[in-house]
Amino acid sequence: MEIFKITILSLQVSTIATLISLFIGLPFGTWLALGNFRGRSFILSIINTGMALPPVVVGLVVAIMLWRSGPLGSLRLIYTPIAIIIAQTIIAAPVVTGLTAAALEALDPRLQQQLLGLGASRGQMVWYLWREARLPLLAALMAGFGSVISEIGASMMVGGNIKGQTRVLTTAIVLETSKGEFGNALALSALLLILTYLINLSLTLIQQRGQRK
Amino acid sequence: MLDVLLPAFTEKTGYNVQLVAVGSGQALKLGEQGNADVILLHSPTAEKEFMANGFGIDRRLVMHNDFVIVGPPSDPASLRSQPTLDSVFKAIFSSASTFVSRGDDSGTHVKELALWKNAGLNPAGEDWYLETGQGQGATLSIASEKEGYAITDRGTFLAYKSNVDLEILVEGDPFLLNVYHVITVNPEKWSNVNLEGARAFADFVTSPEGQQIIAEFGVDRYGEPLFFPDADKTDEELGL
Repeated sequence: MEIFKITILSLQVSTIATLISLFIGLPFGTWLALGNFRGRSFILSIINTGMALPPVVVGLVVAIMLWRSGPLGSLRLIYTPIAIIIAQTIIAAPVVTGLTAAALEALDPRLQQQLLGLGASRGQMVWYLWREARLPLLAALMAGFGSVISEIGASMMVGGNIKGQTRVLTTAIVLETSKGEFGNALALSALLLILTYLINLSLTLIQQRGQRK
Repeated sequence: MLDVLLPAFTEKTGYNVQLVAVGSGQALKLGEQGNADVILLHSPTAEKEFMANGFGIDRRLVMHNDFVIVGPPSDPASLRSQPTLDSVFKAIFSSASTFVSRGDDSGTHVKELALWKNAGLNPAGEDWYLETGQGQGATLSIASEKEGYAITDRGTFLAYKSNVDLEILVEGDPFLLNVYHVITVNPEKWSNVNLEGARAFADFVTSPEGQQIIAEFGVDRYGEPLFFPDADKTDEELGL
């Protein structure tokens, strides 16, 4: 029963964080890909660095912010699932943003001009570009989800691995390992991999069906 | 303390120690599986089982430190005024005050569970009983943030004291002693065990020189010793 609870929490937390990252990363990445302004390369380089943000660094910074002594301490969010969602969103958002920008930049630049020339509004043009790039955009979503469902450092630091409250699959694996229960740790690892596989399988199926159309 | 003890050991004997610092539960597993030559740990009951199962050949008393019960300075369950350890845990239980447990099968966790059991209580599953499954430092941080009680070894608490809003509320009971033994892993189970190196280590930590290092450790930084050398004592003298 405990495993069930841990698994559900892992999925909930990482799905919510990925969706928030999508709402941030899709518009922001589009703006970066289509925009033509000073500092664009600089922002892109920052985002690309952000794609490699070590979760434990994110965890540390978020923890310092959320501790009772920190600037957001009065919210009492440290060691709650919301704290994990915040940290995971910070980890996944650059991934989704960077890959969205890369996906849209890979489209033929003339497409934009043609669409606008044909009388499309800016909103219609973006919508069309997203549809055109839906395969790499789904890949961006999968990469975002993959980066958070598998991370440990941030979940451990801001979640605290509290049984029944903030224990997720990855932190449970660390715990079982530290107890010397390598069998349990391996079983949980297999569970995590199977879940990640199933989610990616369904997204891939959606992606490939989109391609055949 | 191993930061001081290990270089002194290497200097004296020429053996380099590859240190794997883990909780007692994992340490015993490493020993059982022949991935360690010698283990230093503080979980007497589990150690005896380890010896009884033939995984170790030589178990020697090294030192002790002690556990303390810490909590928020406001002390909502009035632990400071409790006369016995049993009443301390009964007070936490009946007031449903937040208690943060390591929950990781470590020696400290085993000690904590024994304390609940002695008081005739079972806190598992209570919503005020938080199990972190993490090390002592992280558990103290969580206790501080959640304004809860926790049990800790004195050394870790002194090291974290300036970063957490917790105070020592209960200390000094003989049951709170934390006794360390050194165990040489049985080379008959695993032929790759470095028996001579393991022996040299066990000899060193129980020698007058090793015991002196143990006695002095921490005094310069905390103004009080963290460990008490026990190589010349017996388990019985420490109440084991």
